[in-house]
Amino acid sequence: MSEEMMEEGGVVKKFMYVNRKAPIGSIYALESLEVVLIGAAFEQDVCMVFLDDGIYQIVKGMDTNDVEMKNFSPTYRALEMYDVERLYVSKEAMEERGLTTDDLVVDVEVMDASQIADLMEEQDVILSF
Amino acid sequence: MLHTVNKSPFERNTLETCLQHAKDGSTILLIEDGVYAATEGTRFSDTIKKAMETKTVCALLPDLKARGMHEKVIEGIKLVDYAGFVDLVEQNERVQAWL
Repeated sequence: MSEEMMEEGGVVKKFMYVNRKAPIGSIYALESLEVVLIGAAFEQDVCMVFLDDGIYQIVKGMDTNDVEMKNFSPTYRALEMYDVERLYVSKEAMEERGLTTDDLVVDVEVMDASQIADLMEEQDVILSF
Repeated sequence: MLHTVNKSPFERNTLETCLQHAKDGSTILLIEDGVYAATEGTRFSDTIKKAMETKTVCALLPDLKARGMHEKVIEGIKLVDYAGFVDLVEQNERVQAWL
């Protein structure tokens, strides 16, 4: 386990949330978002990675009115207020879906698979959704 | 025959299996996460365009809008609403719902 800082009596660990599922067809994306916000509330060092269909979670212009579901897409823009500022997206996932960072609702850092693999090695905890 | 596909082509092989078993002249309706296959510039865009040469490809507009994909649809794909979905079911003798 890498360095753990003691802060106000609590341990701060590095958490990574790996998101690989499309936003609406299953409950994974919403569940992930809720767990991320919980982790952030406990002042943990949180980052999110979007791989495969997970990239679709942060696409602009989602309008769920006609399918009568709640649109939780704007919540990703609020992550910054919870100090969740490190969002990484897979270069390969964007390319095979014809997407660019202009299509996304949040500022992200684009990384290839080997860079993301390095980042994973630095974490204390990885949670996959 | 009307074929419906409701899974992302990136996550499951549903679309490909459907296309292998859909005869010329049949209609493919993309719904739910299946609508990601209807978008331009993806690894599956050419697959869909090839299918459109011999089959009618439709996508459910409310599902495209919900996913923010309605402005990225491949030209020539027919967009339908829920009433249009019902019409397709009514017009076809059989419905094969690929899951």
